[in-house]
Amino acid sequence: MEHTSLLERILRGVALTLVVIFFMFPIVWIFMMSFQTNETILRIPPQLIFEPTLANYTALITGKLMTAAGTLDIAFMRNLWNSVFLSVTSVAVSLLLGVPAAYAFARHKFRGSEDIAFTLLSFRFAPALLVLLPLTLYFQKLGLANTYIGLIWVYQLICLPLILWIVRGYFEDIPADIEYAYRIGGHSWFATFRKIALPLAGPGIAAAGLLAFIFAWNNFVFALVLASADKQPVTVGALAFITSSGIQYGQISAAIVLSITPTLALALYAQRYLVEGLSLGAVKG
Amino acid sequence: MASLELRNLVKRYKSQTVLDNLSLTVADGETLVLFGPSGAGKTVLLRLVAGVIDPDEGKILIGGEDMTDVDAEFRGVGMAFQNFALFPHMSAFDNIATPLEAKRSSQSAIKAGVESVAKLLKIGHVLSHKPRALSNGQKQRTALARALVGSPPLLLLDDPLRNVDAKLRFEMRLELPRLLADRGATVVYVTQDYKEAMALGDRIAVMSQGVIRQLGTPEQIYREPANIEIARLFGDPTINLLDVKPARDGRGGYVGLSNVQVHLADVPETAIGRDCIIGLRPEALHFVGENEPGAIPVTVEAETPLNEKIVTLVRTVRGREILVSRPAGTPGRSEGKAHIVVDGKSALLFDRASGERIGAKNIVNLRSGEAA
Repeated sequence: MEHTSLLERILRGVALTLVVIFFMFPIVWIFMMSFQTNETILRIPPQLIFEPTLANYTALITGKLMTAAGTLDIAFMRNLWNSVFLSVTSVAVSLLLGVPAAYAFARHKFRGSEDIAFTLLSFRFAPALLVLLPLTLYFQKLGLANTYIGLIWVYQLICLPLILWIVRGYFEDIPADIEYAYRIGGHSWFATFRKIALPLAGPGIAAAGLLAFIFAWNNFVFALVLASADKQPVTVGALAFITSSGIQYGQISAAIVLSITPTLALALYAQRYLVEGLSLGAVKG
Repeated sequence: MASLELRNLVKRYKSQTVLDNLSLTVADGETLVLFGPSGAGKTVLLRLVAGVIDPDEGKILIGGEDMTDVDAEFRGVGMAFQNFALFPHMSAFDNIATPLEAKRSSQSAIKAGVESVAKLLKIGHVLSHKPRALSNGQKQRTALARALVGSPPLLLLDDPLRNVDAKLRFEMRLELPRLLADRGATVVYVTQDYKEAMALGDRIAVMSQGVIRQLGTPEQIYREPANIEIARLFGDPTINLLDVKPARDGRGGYVGLSNVQVHLADVPETAIGRDCIIGLRPEALHFVGENEPGAIPVTVEAETPLNEKIVTLVRTVRGREILVSRPAGTPGRSEGKAHIVVDGKSALLFDRASGERIGAKNIVNLRSGEAA
């Protein structure tokens, strides 16, 4: 690196900036739109200079949407809370069930283990819409339709196979000798799972959890069909911005900014942990 | 206190039999070396004893107690792995401390235990390091310390010197016997290095294809190998093997080498007239003058000085290549024509068809593993 000339460094900087602008542009544009009114957004040509307004955020947070046709109640904050609650709980349940299951699949070859693991994965093969109709009918019979428990249950279809298969791979990558060594040292299999397997698969579990969280957060169709307004997450709630008096671009942008913030924050936090975990690399010898 | 007894162990993987009806007894305080090529079943045997895999048939007794169905954590053995198997997320100290933690020792007892074993193995200065910050030698010592720290009555060492450099291996070969003797533990030591086997073992069990081929002291294995395969595995440079057909005259049994009758100390009656292979250790051959009785004419092909000894490759008049080894500084030939004699006392005769040694004096009963 010491040999790079000034010119090279400048060019490198320029290239990196271009790449960043290209990939970040939609996000940046949405971020800018969220501080504008519908009129300034729809102005032609679009302008970079505008007078920022917090009206969109105020509308979302207070739940009162001012449109040309009058005031409209929106449940965005409620939706946001639903999203957080549904995603966090689903991922937590999936981790609780999936991580021990992944360990069992990775370490113990019992009869039918491959078949069971594959069946769990196959949940992800079927298009959601195919599953939805029978599921809706069953849920209505069981009284699970439009309940958090029902939704979290259905979200397991998204989270559980993902976590199971990713984490299983990480468990399999831990040399069995390391676990043997701990057991020979006098520890039970459960202590070995807790003190050796879990910490060593930690980065994998974090990655799987993060991915499952994003999938759960972005889910649209399950919640659309199975939940009514007060249990809907932001993905479904965003439909409310398509009003009779037009699409509320400003509010949609603000809603997007607010709804990607938790995922983004989580990703940034977990990224540090992931990199640290992957560079550990000392599992072998 | 902790003798080890294996009775008729069988282990199969799918259709492959890895251990075939293997029995073995290791006395309390004895160091037994399991020696053999890779795939012989040595590591599997060790893991069966440790309890991390289960045998298909047979019994494992530790200290006279049947441990066949006992889980690994209750067997009270210590084990060091060939790949070290250190816990990468723990410091060397915590790695070594794990067996003590399992015993619910107090913090101060753990600290004292770890520090004393670390001092013994000279890794006291790296205890705070994570495994990835350790050199291979330090990793190996940490793994050994972890196996030793709980003072287990039975120690299983799976080729612990395999992955360390030659210099350290040499050092450890000198250090280990004393270390193990001080502990008074029963030791089963796996290795593929015959020098290690000779240096460390009270007895050596030579394994191949899941069966113990020979069990005996290092001396017995070297001087009276059960078959050609074992004779080849022990000794550097390797033993010379030549086709012969022993005969007998008034002076006793002899073999013809390059038209010279070489009388051997002991030719069993069964070997006379049979197709045999004679095994001659390179150090049992000596350069002599032309007129010496039994001198075999040879041509020197190449000479390799190895500091403490000189190995010479010679060719007989019939074109067979033979290695001759002599201590450095002793007279020999480095080129041209020469003569060698055979030390008839140490020559070994093998049956050509079966590869078994003929005239077994001290050969073990293969299946039962008991010294005859």
